[in-house]
Amino acid sequence: MSDISREKRGNKSDPQRPAAAGSKLDDGSKIAVLGGGPAGAFFTYFLMGMAERLAIDLQVDIYESRDYSRSGAPGCNMCGGIVSESLVQALAAEGIILPDTVVRRGVDSYVLHMDVGSVKIMTPLEEKRIGAVYRGAGPKGITSSDWESFDGYLLSMAVEKGARLINQKVEGVAFQDGRPRLEIRTGSSESYDLLVVATGVNTAAFKLFQDLSPDYTPPRTTRTFICEYLLGREKVGEHLGSSMHTYLLTLPRLEFAAIIPKGDYATVCMLGDRIDQDLVDTFMNTPVVKSTMPPDWESAHKDCRCSPKINVRDARRPFADRILFIGDCGVSRLYKDGIGAAYRTSKAAAKTVLFQGVKKEDLKKHFWPACRALKNDNTIGKLIFLVVGMMQKIKPVRKGILRMVIKEQAKKGGRKRMSTVLWDMFTGSAPYREVLFRTFHPGFIFGLLWHLMVSNTPFGRVPRQKEAGT
Amino acid sequence: MKKSGALGKDYFDGDIIVREGETGDCMFEIQEGKVEVIGQKQGKDVRLAVLGKGDFFGEMAIFEREVRSATVRAVGKVRALTIDKRTLLRRISEDPTLAFRLLEKLSRRIREMDKEIVDYKSE
Repeated sequence: MSDISREKRGNKSDPQRPAAAGSKLDDGSKIAVLGGGPAGAFFTYFLMGMAERLAIDLQVDIYESRDYSRSGAPGCNMCGGIVSESLVQALAAEGIILPDTVVRRGVDSYVLHMDVGSVKIMTPLEEKRIGAVYRGAGPKGITSSDWESFDGYLLSMAVEKGARLINQKVEGVAFQDGRPRLEIRTGSSESYDLLVVATGVNTAAFKLFQDLSPDYTPPRTTRTFICEYLLGREKVGEHLGSSMHTYLLTLPRLEFAAIIPKGDYATVCMLGDRIDQDLVDTFMNTPVVKSTMPPDWESAHKDCRCSPKINVRDARRPFADRILFIGDCGVSRLYKDGIGAAYRTSKAAAKTVLFQGVKKEDLKKHFWPACRALKNDNTIGKLIFLVVGMMQKIKPVRKGILRMVIKEQAKKGGRKRMSTVLWDMFTGSAPYREVLFRTFHPGFIFGLLWHLMVSNTPFGRVPRQKEAGT
Repeated sequence: MKKSGALGKDYFDGDIIVREGETGDCMFEIQEGKVEVIGQKQGKDVRLAVLGKGDFFGEMAIFEREVRSATVRAVGKVRALTIDKRTLLRRISEDPTLAFRLLEKLSRRIREMDKEIVDYKSE
């Protein structure tokens, strides 16, 4: 690992002093990135790539004390581990190919489970467009060395672009001569032209920087529950297939749950209010969940479990002079596609600091609009989830929705209005605004009313979909 | 060990991925394997290029409203990922730097074509 006491490039005339005198990054400018998760790695990768095109020589130091080659909590940034369809496509356009050692399962479909039945929703071209990944090397106790960490892979890309990886904890931050200065655990300190905070919300580290940016208010969070079940690859393939299984059940305190196939494991994710062991047991023992999992799932090893925080309200003013907050500790997407949000905010940050400047006004004018777009979309997302939560409680509505999706999926062509709305809502592939507007289409409204009527008449029924289980 | 994590769709030797004359609303990026790009002259196949991992094809459908200009066929086993026209154009409108790589690749192709034209004319 690199160490801060080793080679210091910096300004050629004085390696201790940052080079840029003004508000723009230039040759020799020094940037500190705190956190080497997706937000920090994407920021560095894109910043270095754009600087290379402009022939600007930057020094980027990534401070990350976590070792992503380790399994369990020490190497994990804790999340459901889904790389959305839209992010997979954006990364492909960027030239980033996620190897099959990083993607533990390519997902080509969603299975929506409700008490009234289940339905499988395929990707438009029946193609594996969603990646199920582990943020670290894998669950606690994993023995296979065939796989790589998603975060580790992104971080290695950033390092290949020329960034220094510093495996040290930052103990303190202060401003000196108008620039941020980091105090490292080893006792050394370093001054930078720009400080990028990408620490996520599951560490207390980002609180170090609040005093530097007095207008900044951290995001409000809630706890989720994630547990890994070791089932073996064959059973995962047989019972879960290449589908992500989502559950809209009427259990008190449970808003949403999903089971995601990943190599030898199934990841169970739950979102709701005060998720405790009783709620987990109740969920896992509902008939619809039991029918998804293999018969002997209860005996599976499940040593790896965590309750990470996720954002429910975005940070306020995640920027100040020469400091900005990206990823979860800034503005993210509500419930879905947090990695996609990290990609968007980190790229907006990289473009801003390189092309516009690092002063508060520059960040407000050019970085904040990308965050604000996510923030505004989250407001619409809250409304959608509120409506879905209410509809979820009404059985005739659940039956109507299920019938509409089953009929759409049985058709070869034609518009699949409900399927695409649910797909984009559960995968986070499209902005919530777009999802909402699609529900205003007369075709959607009349279709839903028709299926509500037919599925709830004495002679109507909800058909079963072939192979809805996997 | 057979991996289950591959993204995209598998094609096998000789599979036509894109057919000349058809309409398209997506481009493809090769995740693994090779494809050949084939044009037609007087009913005969003319191999225009061989593309490999990281290359893309079908990009003309993104920027033009014309039919596919050539056929693309798998050479051996190929895995390719589609990128939807609407998704890509929306992303480019939000973030124009997303087009940097496309422009670089297209620029490189023009450079190679220039070289081929020079070779052809000097024969």
